[in-house]
Amino acid sequence: MHSEPKMELVWSEVNPSQSNMSAPQHQHPPGKVAPPGAGDFSYVGIDAILEQMRRKAMKRGFELNIMVVGQSGLGKSTLMNTLFKSNVSRKSVSSTPEERIPKTIEIKSISHDIEEKGVRMKLTVIDTPGFGDQINNENCWQPIMKFINDQYEQYLQEEINIDRKKRIPDSRVHCCIYFIPPTGHCLRPLDVEFMRHLSNVVNIVPVIAKADTLTLEERDSFKQTIREELRANGIDVYPQKEFDEDADDRMINEKIREMIPFAVVGSDQEYQVNGKRLLGRKTKWGTIEVENIAHCEFAYLRDLLIRTHMQNIKDITSSIHYEVYRVRRLNESNGQPNGQPPNGQANLQANPQDNPQANPQPQQANGLAAQHQVLTHEM
Amino acid sequence: MASSDVAQQLDNSARPLSLSGHVGFDSLPDQLVNKSTCQGFCFNILCIGETGIGKSTLMDTLFNTNFENCESSHFEPQVKLRAQTYDLQETNVRLRLTVVNTVGFGDQMNKHDSFQPVVGYIDRQYETYLQEELKIKRSLHNYHDSRLHACLYFISPSGHSLKSLDLVTMKKLDSKVNIIPVIAKADTISKSELHKFKIKIMSELVSNGVQIYQFPLDDETVAKVNTTMNGHLPFAVVGSTEEVLVGNKMVKARQYPWGVVQVENESHCDFVKLREMLICINMEDLREQTHTRHYELYRRCKLEEMGFKDTDPESKPVSLQETYEAKRTEFLQDLQRREEEMRQLFVQRVKEKESELKDAERELQGRFEQLKRLHAEERNVLEEKRRVLEEDQSSFNKRRAAAQLLQAQSLNVNGKKDKDRKNSGFM
Repeated sequence: MHSEPKMELVWSEVNPSQSNMSAPQHQHPPGKVAPPGAGDFSYVGIDAILEQMRRKAMKRGFELNIMVVGQSGLGKSTLMNTLFKSNVSRKSVSSTPEERIPKTIEIKSISHDIEEKGVRMKLTVIDTPGFGDQINNENCWQPIMKFINDQYEQYLQEEINIDRKKRIPDSRVHCCIYFIPPTGHCLRPLDVEFMRHLSNVVNIVPVIAKADTLTLEERDSFKQTIREELRANGIDVYPQKEFDEDADDRMINEKIREMIPFAVVGSDQEYQVNGKRLLGRKTKWGTIEVENIAHCEFAYLRDLLIRTHMQNIKDITSSIHYEVYRVRRLNESNGQPNGQPPNGQANLQANPQDNPQANPQPQQANGLAAQHQVLTHEM
Repeated sequence: MASSDVAQQLDNSARPLSLSGHVGFDSLPDQLVNKSTCQGFCFNILCIGETGIGKSTLMDTLFNTNFENCESSHFEPQVKLRAQTYDLQETNVRLRLTVVNTVGFGDQMNKHDSFQPVVGYIDRQYETYLQEELKIKRSLHNYHDSRLHACLYFISPSGHSLKSLDLVTMKKLDSKVNIIPVIAKADTISKSELHKFKIKIMSELVSNGVQIYQFPLDDETVAKVNTTMNGHLPFAVVGSTEEVLVGNKMVKARQYPWGVVQVENESHCDFVKLREMLICINMEDLREQTHTRHYELYRRCKLEEMGFKDTDPESKPVSLQETYEAKRTEFLQDLQRREEEMRQLFVQRVKEKESELKDAERELQGRFEQLKRLHAEERNVLEEKRRVLEEDQSSFNKRRAAAQLLQAQSLNVNGKKDKDRKNSGFM
């Protein structure tokens, strides 16, 4: 009917010197048709796509889903409030002011719209009250794992719809902050179990909570012990070694990996220190400044989570963790144990049947058996 | 349209909150842009137009490079598409540009299915993407997107109206790709003719229901520009890679004895407008429209064609997964049934053959027995005869022996008589 189009792949790397495409003399602000300057013929305008992309992203807004996990009383809500400089925790939202420790693990998620310098973000904080608080904490990680997988499932269902939404709402958990109590010794079995199970489905960022109870030496040795234990148990926390893309990435991430878990202190109260109002905790023996890196590592955590690696966290969630879940899920439902084609697609392929040539008749005298065989092949 | 989506999404059980200090997530767009810059961008343009109308020249002019295209012949038996990919870089932005040209469009005597190869090509790109998306182990982030983001349709500058080939082709393509019509070789039309020509073209497009790409108006920063530009469609363009000295600088232009047509002079042609719209302002929107509108439409049609539905007759939402599984079990059951049937058929035939064989065997056996009997009888008869013969023989032997004895005796007697005579004779 029609012939195949000839695909000629000509990879001609055309760099600026060769192609007369020079750097623009001035940035073209969006919306203004800036006339090409006097000598500026060679500017094509490809780099304007960055600006277009930024515009579209700002218009769309961003989404971020953070889960906090840890025993009650470790300061999870306070830390969230400190990170986002507003009352994002569930305590500020819930109507019942009294504290109660729930009998089973609950999963509570609260969403907020926040905006900064024109960038809008829908932040969802997922709290897990009741984690680690029961007497028998076996399988305490299960409800959390189920929640995370449910979010993946929801996204998957939406994605394989025929009539799908323009933008699939992303409720997948991007990052899970795990609070380690500041015992100063080592990780508890509960910690190891949780992180071992969940580090394969979500990005875990472990932090040492209430770090103001540890001196600097205690803190360092504690961190070292934790890092060794994580390594010994094969737990890969964010930033994962295997997802480093190139040498630059690795360099940056190695620095971070040497510092985790971050020893943090949270506070939403401001105090006067040296003439400035700072967030901190005031005690009789001094004031701990939250954002002072000599005091605690909150600033590092904030920079990692928000200012530098937020997009990376989201990317790893969507392109690695979610894909792993998707592969597993689609394989399950295709689920015959023998010989499925590796690309189980929507075109239904016939499986090769088991042998219909099974000869059920008993053998007779030799000469006649040979005739049986011949007939079988004929058929 | 997009804004209401966003608003709805953000309002969904989320309460607005004000920050009491600088958090720092305003760097998020930068992070996003950085990531995209590292990955690089890709953009695919389709140029449809008659041979010699200036498609390759326009591409060269637009991207300021020489794409090394050779002239095509006018004698192609069918319309073909030729795709070429280039890596371009400007400052720190890397672009993988694919330019697809039609070869031999409008040259055939019978043009009734000239659009087919084009539609086929576009659909094939969507199909590859769909296949990749449906795979179990997929790598969408490294995937080289070959779907066509923009289609420049070159209208030949007759000055009167669109050709029927143009209308038919554009009608077939408008739901599959973003069409931007351009008037090629616009230096052959005078200004007043151009104005009338443009109006005629647009009214013909509207009256035939062809939906060309409208520059988006939802973003306030560019809405004004886009509205103005929408009014200038289709763009009348002139392409040239040669440079001519005008005043005291070299400009891209075409030199005629009666003057010089400058490509980048807005009063001469709309080339600058095209470049602005296509590249500087709306490239991202073109890509987005391709993905969210045209590709989704293709996907929906394709999946529905294969029999998947989102809601089943009881109007319960059924997911693709469930439908697929249902179809699969149905198919497997059908397969099993057919296998059973075949097996039973086989068994039956085997039985038949076997009974036939048994009959044959029995018959053979019977005949064998019969033959054996005959043989035995004959043997007996022969035995009998032999015995008789032997008896005869033995009696004959006896008689012969007796006869010989007699003869011998008689000889003896005669011999004695002779001897006596002989003996008596001598005496």
